[in-house]
Amino acid sequence: MAAPQVHHLFHAPIADHSFSSDRKTLAVARENNVELYQQSGNKFTLSDELKGHEKTVTSVDIAPNSGRIVTCSQDRNAYVWEQTPTGWKPTLVLLRINRAATFVRWSPSEQKFAVGSGARVIAVCYFEEENDWWISKHLKKPIRSTITTLAWHPNSVLLAAGSTDSHARVFSSFIKGVDTRPEPSAWGERLPFNTICGEYLNDTAGWIQGVAFSPSGNALAFTGHDSSVTVVYPSAPEQPPRAMLNIATRLLPLNSLIWNGETEIIAAGHDCEPFRFHGDENGWQLAGSLEKKAGEAGGAREESALNMFRQMDLKGQAQADTKLKSTHQNTVHTIRAHEEANGAVSSFSTSGIDGRVVIWTA
Amino acid sequence: MSQSLRPYLQAVRSSLTAALTISNFASQTSERHNCPEVEANSSPEILLNPLHISRNENEKVKIEPSYNSVRISIRIKQADEIEHILVHKFTRFLTQRAESFFILRRKPVEGYDISFLITNFHTEKMLTHKLIDFVIEFMEEVDKEISEMKLFLNARARFVAESFLTPFD
Repeated sequence: MAAPQVHHLFHAPIADHSFSSDRKTLAVARENNVELYQQSGNKFTLSDELKGHEKTVTSVDIAPNSGRIVTCSQDRNAYVWEQTPTGWKPTLVLLRINRAATFVRWSPSEQKFAVGSGARVIAVCYFEEENDWWISKHLKKPIRSTITTLAWHPNSVLLAAGSTDSHARVFSSFIKGVDTRPEPSAWGERLPFNTICGEYLNDTAGWIQGVAFSPSGNALAFTGHDSSVTVVYPSAPEQPPRAMLNIATRLLPLNSLIWNGETEIIAAGHDCEPFRFHGDENGWQLAGSLEKKAGEAGGAREESALNMFRQMDLKGQAQADTKLKSTHQNTVHTIRAHEEANGAVSSFSTSGIDGRVVIWTA
Repeated sequence: MSQSLRPYLQAVRSSLTAALTISNFASQTSERHNCPEVEANSSPEILLNPLHISRNENEKVKIEPSYNSVRISIRIKQADEIEHILVHKFTRFLTQRAESFFILRRKPVEGYDISFLITNFHTEKMLTHKLIDFVIEFMEEVDKEISEMKLFLNARARFVAESFLTPFD
């Protein structure tokens, strides 16, 4: 396994990151702005800044085909940014929410995107040609708390959402005139807007931090604040699921997860490193960390005497233990597939509070 | 370190490590606000169950975790009146300078002598494991400090009494 590629961009938390489809452009959410980085050689250099939000930007997503960037922030707004010859031009989205927007993702069809919010709604947004703006329809019904995370089904109609009311839910976001009627699946056959196709409670009622559909869309995985990952295999519409497997771990809570094929999940969170899970409908288990830690076998590295006395003189301590052994030095917020083909992920990227974006080989 | 102190501090350390898994969270009750949920106390689902760890009836720690903040309250050992006064003066000295301590709460939670409030902004700027080290070290040192102060106070009282009573000797 090749060593992970570390890009230390700045000393501030990265709330979310997104790569363009050619993996040359990287968008990161930094405080109130979104920064665009271009790859030059092995490094990413700052090329542009998207300014417009008034409060912390919580999420950013680049549409792979159209190249449009959608951002959302705690100032209750979302913008769609389009590249013009004179620079990036923002378009305000009519979200109609009165609390912070927490999460945004483009649907695979790129016709719609969904914005999670603290107003207990999910705004499903689509472009209206007549008025030339982005408008939204609200998914409201059983949501009782802030939406923390969202994930799209490959058919662009089903939407999974995790929330701080400890439920992961699967909704239909079918919008007439925008979507084509989806193929019937285990989640449902007729799917009018706001149909609840599944509602799953975390075993210990912990907050849901990350959700993801498997590449086929026939399984859903979510992580909870109780450090567990739950995988759900639906059976038929309106029926209890075929299997709902909870993998409890002794790790710190996991924040985000992705599928690699149908039998592997990669998740990362407060332990600052990614972990791999293996399994299928009959059972899942934790396979271990993806990180090879240096110096773990040989114990602490020998420090030079000069260095030791310098440390004692400057800081009054013999050894500096301020560096963690993991690549990330603080909580990982987002994990995303970097290169994938037919659902199999060959590399993925993580970003976190420490201002690093790391590209790993899966 | 005494034998019973070690497991007590170990328990506090592991509980704090688990509790300090906090992240940014905008208020869902008031618009455009972002405040520590453990203080705002506005939505019950955002708070976790508080945790008490006690070594004995005089020494205990209360950890109140929430989505974006953790409140840690410590009751310092007070065996007698003098220690009670010393603890009061000592914590008062610290809390009056709360801004320079970043994580110190201005007012302790009722029933405790000193409280810390750690929010997601602190864990973003500082290293979480170092913050935990700080709290543990504070708990270790404060007992030592108080008993040292008590000894010093007694010695001083004896000296004052002696010099005051010399003329009557």
